[in-house]
Amino acid sequence: MIGMFMILDVPTPSVLQVVWFCLIAVLWIGFFFLEGFDFGVSMLYQVLSRKQPEERRVMVNAIGPTWDSNEVWLLTAGGATFAAFPGWYATLFSGLYLPLFLVLMGLIIRGISFEYRALRPTTRWKNTFDWCASIGSFVVALVLGVGFANFVIGLPTVAGPHGEPLLPTAFGPDWLFPQLFVRDGSPYPLLGGVMLVVLFVSHGAQFLNLKTEGTVLTKVQRFAPLAAAAAAVLVTAYVVWGNLAYPSGGNPYLDGVSLAQVARWVSGGLAIVCVLLAAVLLKAKPGVAFACSGLGVATLFINAFVTIFGTLGFMQPTDGGPALNIVTASSSPLTLKLMTIFAGVLVPIVLGYVIWSYRVFRKRLSVENLPPEENAVTGVPSDDDTTPEPEPVVAAESAVVA
Amino acid sequence: MEALDLARWQFGITTVYHFFFVPMTIGLTWLVAVMQTKWMRTGDAGWLRLTKLFGKLFLINFAAGVVTGIVQEFQFGMNWSEYSRFVGDIFGAPLALEALIAFFLESTFIGLWIFGWDKLPKKVHLATIYLTAIGSTISSIFILAANSWMQNPTGAVFENGRAQLDNFVALITNPFFLTTLPHTLAASFIVAGGLLLGVAGYWWAKSKPPVAMRAEGSDVPPARSDGPVWQAAAKLGAAVMVIACVAGIGSGHLMGQVEAEHQPAKLAASEGLLDSSDASSFSLLAWFGKDSDGNVTKTFEVALPFDGLLSWLAYGDTGATVQGVNDVKTEFAANGYRTWDGTQWGDGTSLQSGYAAELNKAIDPIPPLNVSYYAFRVMVGVGLLGLLASCLLWLRARKAEYPRLTKGWVALMVSMPLWPMIANFCGWVLTEIGRQPWIVYGVLATEGAVSPNVSTLEIALTLTLYTLVYAVVAVVVVGLFLQQIRKGLPDIPSDTPPEEDDDRPLRFAY
Repeated sequence: MIGMFMILDVPTPSVLQVVWFCLIAVLWIGFFFLEGFDFGVSMLYQVLSRKQPEERRVMVNAIGPTWDSNEVWLLTAGGATFAAFPGWYATLFSGLYLPLFLVLMGLIIRGISFEYRALRPTTRWKNTFDWCASIGSFVVALVLGVGFANFVIGLPTVAGPHGEPLLPTAFGPDWLFPQLFVRDGSPYPLLGGVMLVVLFVSHGAQFLNLKTEGTVLTKVQRFAPLAAAAAAVLVTAYVVWGNLAYPSGGNPYLDGVSLAQVARWVSGGLAIVCVLLAAVLLKAKPGVAFACSGLGVATLFINAFVTIFGTLGFMQPTDGGPALNIVTASSSPLTLKLMTIFAGVLVPIVLGYVIWSYRVFRKRLSVENLPPEENAVTGVPSDDDTTPEPEPVVAAESAVVA
Repeated sequence: MEALDLARWQFGITTVYHFFFVPMTIGLTWLVAVMQTKWMRTGDAGWLRLTKLFGKLFLINFAAGVVTGIVQEFQFGMNWSEYSRFVGDIFGAPLALEALIAFFLESTFIGLWIFGWDKLPKKVHLATIYLTAIGSTISSIFILAANSWMQNPTGAVFENGRAQLDNFVALITNPFFLTTLPHTLAASFIVAGGLLLGVAGYWWAKSKPPVAMRAEGSDVPPARSDGPVWQAAAKLGAAVMVIACVAGIGSGHLMGQVEAEHQPAKLAASEGLLDSSDASSFSLLAWFGKDSDGNVTKTFEVALPFDGLLSWLAYGDTGATVQGVNDVKTEFAANGYRTWDGTQWGDGTSLQSGYAAELNKAIDPIPPLNVSYYAFRVMVGVGLLGLLASCLLWLRARKAEYPRLTKGWVALMVSMPLWPMIANFCGWVLTEIGRQPWIVYGVLATEGAVSPNVSTLEIALTLTLYTLVYAVVAVVVVGLFLQQIRKGLPDIPSDTPPEEDDDRPLRFAY
């Protein structure tokens, strides 16, 4: 553990290196803000409507049009890390091999569930895919929460075969896999994982509060304050513990910068206040409540990215070993310059049409709003007879001649 | 097996699997866009029904493509961290731009297309499928630029112990990229055209001819047949396939010439040419082994009786010397990597010449022969037969009257989705296994690129689980595909103007 007042000689980052660190932070925060409620909604299937597939259908359709573009924030964060900080990408992804694999598996089983659940009429089929979505979302939220807590603590590095900084081998004697959850006797990472799961559940409830009507909304309005209260407690514990036990003084890039610790307390405090405000404003101002919830998620991760500024979440070795940081992990100035031009032109365009797509789908949904299931078995008694009467169908051209 | 072998298997399995969905996504988005355009232009509901059915198939395929694509972006860092560290300055940018430009476009507008039928004006809704198609095509541009760089690392220099970007224009004018892009796009349209033909063939054979449905003098209004709709679909599919096959064969030929120049070892292996020869003929069937000294031997060979055909194919000159495996090997051991004519060598600017001092010349530069040889032959054979079959089917489908199909025709049409998949599989096997032993051609060996701190156990575990999950997904996808195809063309609800009522049901929902 690096001492609190130890001044280390770390290389000074260039402007573009700082810009790209901030951009990657923005991409992660965008991902957590947007995909966070998708994860939450999918976990809420089982909490609110485990026995009501027609209600789950409302929830699926509330996130249906936009979940895929929300996930792209993560892919872009990954790609940007590869492009701007290849050393970060290489060390982190190979080092956290199994945790990352769990994230990928979670994203796979969740990603197919939305499209496939509707394609067969049986309740069992739908339950299977809804469970895939719930479990996948849970695993991804848990692992990412554990991961970010580890970044806040700082990950150790050792020298690889070519002197490059690597994480100690996952299955090696020095670095057992469970260490990720409990670091040196401290369950802070485990708290991070649980906190993020609960925070996303609360965030998902806020989204449904904004986007649904009828029975789903009634259930959400009962549940959301509880979720928000639990999230606020966990976020408080996480922020206070993190800010006290792993202060910015441990980060040589922030050492002596008192503003950094102030920023951590302010962002962490805002996260707590926002989550609580969301619970209070739930019924009166659902839009504002949802924005508060999102702001809570965002400020929580601003806290994390302030903490790992420069170090990228890696401990800086004091013994002359290979250091992984914003300078040593970086791409060349030419690559960063080109990427900055591309990003400067494209990001506003992307934001423009993403926001437009949310406007198109701004209406609330209820069970009554949904059309009859396309793949419902007609004329045959099914175990899923909760769908409303089909609307009259006129064959525009002809009936299928089979 | 060692971590390296398992990591290579993992890359092979996950990438080949992903590429079953990719060309279908690229080709089918454009075809669905064309169908929807035809519907809007002609008002013919048949095209709308085709749009809906193939849109559904496209979405089933798209979901699997998306989730298997995430693995692709992350496994470079997970399994190939030394590679990522070495190439990230160049290779990372196309991946980041792919996500920023292509994935956002694709994922946002596909959501708008799926759910936007009653929310967007018709023309705006049509634009969303075109933007999705553009997104998936842009995605292929970036990923092929990245792959082409692995085949021929242009625009880079060896600095700070890694490959660094030197010239962005050289990166996107890489001859491999300029030929691989049209080849892959052609392959995508072949896949989509093949699917259209397969489904159309199945239903065309089942549909009664329209004439037989019209009972003369009957009071019952004649039920109409779906046959003509399927005939039109088959015509579109066949026409797309004919054009795409011609484009695929043409661009493939150009790719071969680029490969002949920059990757003599791949050419020699895929042609099974052991000794350099002038006026080489084209080998048709052969089998290769290795003797106790590790030299390649030929068990037998059947060649076409046209001297100079291979020389012409590779260099446009029937008398050109084509380097054989043995000479490439000797040359490499003495001088390291060289292009065919040696001109790129020693100009002092390329990554390959900059890296020359570090290059491990003890490595065997020849890729596996039998695999390269047969992957190439199967791909070319299927491509040529595909052109022939699609020409015949196009002639059949374009007839003005409604032709009945015999069982042979039906079998041919129904099999059409399968063949392009096989050719695509072989094409990537040739490209990637033919690239061995290199991960960056003539520079970084694959064996030096694997993550040093990921254990065999970890890769074995993830490889097993990927394979299992992918197998389940494959069963689900194929099952859903067949189910949707058997349902045939959907009926279209009456086109009532949308009421301004917040409680009216949506036109579409999951």
